[in-house]
Amino acid sequence: MYIKFKEVQHIKIIYLFFFAFPLFAQESDTLPLTQKFAPPLDVRAFDTPNDAGKSITVQWNLSPDNSLFSGYEIYRSEAQDTGYQYVGYMGRGISTIRDNRGVKDNTPYYYKVRGRTSTYEYSEFSPPSSSTSSSPQWYHKGKTNVLIGLPLFIFLIFWAVFQAKMGKPLFIRKIDGLDSLEEAVGRATEMGKPVLYVPGTSFISDIATIASMNILSQVAKKTAEYNTPIIVPNRDPIVMSVAQEVVREAAIEKGRPDYYNPDRVFFLTSSQFAYAAGVCGIMTREKPATNLFIGMFWAESLLLAETGNITGAIQIAGTDAVTQLPFFVTACDYTIMGEELYAASAYLSKNPSLVGGIKGQDYNKLVIFIFLALGTIFGLLGNNFIINLFK
Amino acid sequence: MNLLNKFMNMDRRWIYLITAICVIIPFLIPIGLPTYTTPPARNIYEKIDNTSDGQVVLLSFDYDAAVLPELYPMTITILNHCFNRNIKVILMSLYMQGIGIAQVALEDVKREFPEKKEGIDYTLLPYVPGGALVILGIGEDIHKTFPTDYYGTLIDSLPMMREIRNFDQISLAISFSGGGVSRTWVTYANQRYGANVAAGVTAVMAAENYPYLQTKQLIGMLGGLKGAAEYENLVEKNLKLKTRKAACIGMDAQSAVHIMMIVFIVLANIAYFAGRRRKK
Amino acid sequence: MRRAGPLKLCLIGGIVMIIQFFIPHRFSKNFFDEVVHWLIVCGVPALVIGYYSIFHVHWTKIRRKREGWGYSIIIFVAVIVVALIGFIWGVGENSVFMKIYQYMTMTMQATMFSLLGFYMASAAFRSFKARTPEATLLLIVALVVMFGRVPIGESVFIKLKLPNLVEWILMYPNMAAQRGIGLGVGLGIMATSLKIMLGIERGWLGGAGK
Repeated sequence: MYIKFKEVQHIKIIYLFFFAFPLFAQESDTLPLTQKFAPPLDVRAFDTPNDAGKSITVQWNLSPDNSLFSGYEIYRSEAQDTGYQYVGYMGRGISTIRDNRGVKDNTPYYYKVRGRTSTYEYSEFSPPSSSTSSSPQWYHKGKTNVLIGLPLFIFLIFWAVFQAKMGKPLFIRKIDGLDSLEEAVGRATEMGKPVLYVPGTSFISDIATIASMNILSQVAKKTAEYNTPIIVPNRDPIVMSVAQEVVREAAIEKGRPDYYNPDRVFFLTSSQFAYAAGVCGIMTREKPATNLFIGMFWAESLLLAETGNITGAIQIAGTDAVTQLPFFVTACDYTIMGEELYAASAYLSKNPSLVGGIKGQDYNKLVIFIFLALGTIFGLLGNNFIINLFK
Repeated sequence: MNLLNKFMNMDRRWIYLITAICVIIPFLIPIGLPTYTTPPARNIYEKIDNTSDGQVVLLSFDYDAAVLPELYPMTITILNHCFNRNIKVILMSLYMQGIGIAQVALEDVKREFPEKKEGIDYTLLPYVPGGALVILGIGEDIHKTFPTDYYGTLIDSLPMMREIRNFDQISLAISFSGGGVSRTWVTYANQRYGANVAAGVTAVMAAENYPYLQTKQLIGMLGGLKGAAEYENLVEKNLKLKTRKAACIGMDAQSAVHIMMIVFIVLANIAYFAGRRRKK
Repeated sequence: MRRAGPLKLCLIGGIVMIIQFFIPHRFSKNFFDEVVHWLIVCGVPALVIGYYSIFHVHWTKIRRKREGWGYSIIIFVAVIVVALIGFIWGVGENSVFMKIYQYMTMTMQATMFSLLGFYMASAAFRSFKARTPEATLLLIVALVVMFGRVPIGESVFIKLKLPNLVEWILMYPNMAAQRGIGLGVGLGIMATSLKIMLGIERGWLGGAGK
């Protein structure tokens, strides 16, 4: 399970990946040496793996007098015997440094290390390392497992979508929260009151917000059909722009272009609790018959849901924020939990391609489950072969 | 029965009133009950205590004023601990508002340690937008990401920063946050650069961080006021440091409210079952 | 046709970013930097749109004298006054602007956060009922954790190792549930991203252009 969790983290950073800055700064080595202390030994230098270049990793064996030192000074030179310059310092007990101070690619370097006490007494220098040069890499070897897993994931999704398009009936279990959406909109229509749609407090880069926009699309079609006003307060201007477009398109699709009112899909504030206060104010003033909280939420979740509960609205919440689920479950009538949020648009639209995607997700889950079970069994038997595949 | 019925349907404002009383009274009459220390809090304490010369502790104030009451006591206590042990500290924030809080925290702690000097014992870094990119920048070269400190002094000219280049020289990075920012630190600082990362989070977010504790991606965690109180007790016990224990005082109020809620929940269930039996 | 351009852009962008993920070379890094900078650049005009929206909503409210229009005036006054104070006297330490932040914004935000305590109490009172065996189990565990996370509970039940039991509950059953949900969410995020890239999921574009 641990491996899987890390794997998910890897996947999450798929769009967020970044590298080094070139560095420079050197100091001259002119300080006196003493022979009182044993030097560190066996200095190894190698090109830092899987990086953008201009970086060399240096490792050494701690001096037998390690406890007497405050740390180690690291020196670098382009010649083995002379010209060593200070490039860094590491505290006592640490035996690795990543040198990226002015390192040039494809230039051979030698390294020496010496111990330093708190009173600036020094050990002798270690013997120099063998020559090493840095270079950038074109492939990150640590991501091979992702490279293998990703096509498998995509293939299973495609396979399921293909099956669905061919007309194979695919079963999706009943999701009460989504089933009740129509009922909730219907109630607002009967009471002649608006529907409040809160698209979470995150940004458009959050997939939960995109999932929320997909659900808003379905909800707005229903409200447009019944001519029930929908209020969409936003915390982020980009989310607001998308939400405006979604509601406008839904209105056009239902043949009611005049239904869309930009003053009802608006920006409130970017401050988290000021936003919560603003939405609570809307609930108490306008008394919407239906409150929908769908997207990413943080600490404001209970403030919103409890205020809605006080005003007597029917409430449906949906989020993948695990810590906020208990609050929504407590204060709302229905809660769409975790991955159900991502299944919503397929569930509501019954579009075969979308339903196929959900099925593909299940196939992937099955594959992960098999690896989990095997990893657990082999791990308990003392064989970490499966676990190591994911490291 | 009628009484139970009334209790079940009581106006929620009575609950608010009783909650307020339970919060206020322990502040006026502190009880000072001892707090049990959990391993995640002890791990942070030990990591800071074992920080070697030449390394620093990085404190990232990734929160705004809203969660100040819950997170501020732990930031103060950890800063106290670092200064007491002569450990150099870098203060920063991924939130614009966090820098102001870091500044206030420094002023607070410097009353106890007036000898501590900017650039020698601590460095306050300015707000740089970018979130995860800032963490990645520190991983490569902190001097490039923050060319100056908060006061505009060139970072290269600060004595304590001369030998600090990246996470290699940072013994521990602690992110204090009310949201999920500690996860960003795990993903980038720990996963990418192998940095030691710990989290100080609001109680409601604590449960979410346990998976990272088990995988050692977080070396420790302080969860809400309880975590802060644990840390205050560790500092007081081991360093004989006498400071105002804001979190411990707050824990009395928390104890009272928890007991109140337990009593209310139990009574509500009794009333519920009594009502159900009557219906049958 | 209106949707074809954005969909193609989305597909190409997605594929490029996936490839970029596997390449640590500095070309890849520079490209990623550029994308992030564009993201920031795009955010600035969006903020203008956001503020236009808020001004439009409140201006319309004042103009039409809708219920509560007086509060809309307060919004305009607050924005203008605080901005002017910032421009005239600066935003440094001990400035009036900072005092407003410290003694108004901070306290108001902390007040909103503190409301959670009251709301939690009333929500727990209303909802924590042993209606089913599952709800009963949930109720018992909640009571144990609530009691074991405060000094009074720890002091009373220290011999029964209550704090250790609470730590165990958080470390194992809690985490198992979280990971189960987390796994589903992770797959959901990936599948949704893929469906958006391939144009299967179009709700975020307004749902048109099928």
